[in-house]
Amino acid sequence: MLENTEEIELIGLLNKIKEMKTDGSRIVQICATKIGSSYELLYTFGIDYDIKHVKVKTEPGEHVPSITDIFPAAYLYENEIHDLFGIAIDGINHDYKGKLYRTPVEAPFG
Amino acid sequence: MAFANFTKTELKNLFKKPATEKYPEGPATFKDATRGHIANNMDTCVLCSVCQMRCPTGAITVDRKAQTWTIRPFSCIQCRRCVDNCPKKSLSMEIEYTKPDVEKSQMVFELSEKQKAMLAEQARQAAERVAAAMEERKKAASAKQAKEDPKK
Amino acid sequence: MAAKRSVIPFGPQHPVLPEPIHIDLVTEDEKVIEAIPSIGFVHRGLEHLVTKKDFGEMVYVAERICGICSFGHGYGYVDAIEHIMNIEPTNRAKYIRTLLFELSRMHSHILWLGLMADAFGFESLFMETWKYREKVLDMLEAATGGRVIFSIMRIGGLRKDVPDEVLQGFLPGLDEIEEGIKACEKAFLSDPAVLSRLKGVGYLSKEDAIDLGCEGPFLRASGVARDNRTSGYAAYGDMDFEVITSDDGDSYGRCYVRIQEIYQSAGIVRQCIEKMPKEGIYVPIKGFPNGEYMTIIEQPRGGACYYVHASGKKFIERMRVRTPTFANIPALAKTLQGCDVADVPILVVTIDPCISCTER
Repeated sequence: MLENTEEIELIGLLNKIKEMKTDGSRIVQICATKIGSSYELLYTFGIDYDIKHVKVKTEPGEHVPSITDIFPAAYLYENEIHDLFGIAIDGINHDYKGKLYRTPVEAPFG
Repeated sequence: MAFANFTKTELKNLFKKPATEKYPEGPATFKDATRGHIANNMDTCVLCSVCQMRCPTGAITVDRKAQTWTIRPFSCIQCRRCVDNCPKKSLSMEIEYTKPDVEKSQMVFELSEKQKAMLAEQARQAAERVAAAMEERKKAASAKQAKEDPKK
Repeated sequence: MAAKRSVIPFGPQHPVLPEPIHIDLVTEDEKVIEAIPSIGFVHRGLEHLVTKKDFGEMVYVAERICGICSFGHGYGYVDAIEHIMNIEPTNRAKYIRTLLFELSRMHSHILWLGLMADAFGFESLFMETWKYREKVLDMLEAATGGRVIFSIMRIGGLRKDVPDEVLQGFLPGLDEIEEGIKACEKAFLSDPAVLSRLKGVGYLSKEDAIDLGCEGPFLRASGVARDNRTSGYAAYGDMDFEVITSDDGDSYGRCYVRIQEIYQSAGIVRQCIEKMPKEGIYVPIKGFPNGEYMTIIEQPRGGACYYVHASGKKFIERMRVRTPTFANIPALAKTLQGCDVADVPILVVTIDPCISCTER
């Protein structure tokens, strides 16, 4: 299993991310995985070489809050997840509105 | 002098041989390990189709009926997986690259006469074995029937 | 009168760009006020192929994510699977992997030097650097049989051993490359015409670099000594090397860091050849991977993450590759703010953009 992983509810996501920011972490990556009919979002943070993961489960149709207010550099990851998996993410600071990856199929990975 | 930093190198290069090979005029050089193209020795190939199953791009087609082995060199990615998995070691990796072409051609290798005869012989033997086995079974069945029904 | 704002579209097709990235430059006179990057021109969906190819075959796809850092992608994928399946490759396999990794880092950095020279219009310097890159490619070809795609990685070790004689034959070539790069270094780091294009262009502070999640030489040029090789994956734990940093934070610093890293890489290759253990190169594997793991390695362009989620079947459920360029794009947008329009091509090249691997 993934080390240093914390599984949390979607409702507590922003608080957890704020905690990470006050610890001085940087954003390493965000990725989504389709498991059955639901999705699993994996947020990865790092301080130097220490890597921590935050895992959130979402159902299709659920809206995920954007973390770009806290980590402004995360906008590409969130747009990517929206374009490839079709997960709705609210309030991205640079929202490409589904135009980051111009795929002929909407949400090809979802 | 700061301005003449690179001038020295440039002047040296002016009087040196070119660093590149004159390819179409002269032959291209390859390393011993270069993965160029796949060749098949049709004297040892038995058309087992392991290469066809292992090829990640599906470039190899084995036709047992027509007894041919076909590769589409422009789909081949030179990964050597077929060569590593060949049970008869009949496939080999040659060092020259595939020749350029104006269309995506195929290379068809036909089984050699010797191999064809060998495969035909094998098929004949297999058919004989099957026939013998059938005969045996028939005999056993009639013997059994005879035992069960001795009055007849 | 206030200057008029206008938007200049830059890319995806531009003479200086090796790969397609599009940037909308909001300009006022000759100054860039804001830059909005967008990608998505070469998305191929290679990550999704993992659900259609079996996990052993996927190594070939992973290698083809990018041409320049192909070895690193193959390594990252294989390393993640090996961790999930609890396989420890032999020492010789680890050493050969390290050696090939460093040779590809050298070829990537020398390629970048050439592109940089081309970006500021120094054609002969570009050709001179690529002459030495060709020598690195010759070594890679002699070792693996391929110039950029090596197809030597395999889950559990390597597919082919590299004989010791071939490795010994690299030593004179390495000296030659180092000597050649030393001559080019003078032009890059002390030629006044070149300096005027590099010094003070595209400054990125240390705090910004960390905040925006930069990676690789771009980060180290801002004075942060973070290099994932120090965590000792493959055989890096046995190697002796320095993490190069520069306090300049500008294009000159990025040039300096990459040139010095070429020498460090050459040093690591020499150590690998010297300490090369003699043993097998392959450990057989059994069964299918089940679990998840994230590998972080140092690619020529910076740290790259490989996340694999497998569920004990022939096909893996998810592979995710976070490439260094993806992490560097927000920082690129930041450095572009306030620069001259004429410097934009140089600044885009300084992050060493590899858009094909960014979009996968």
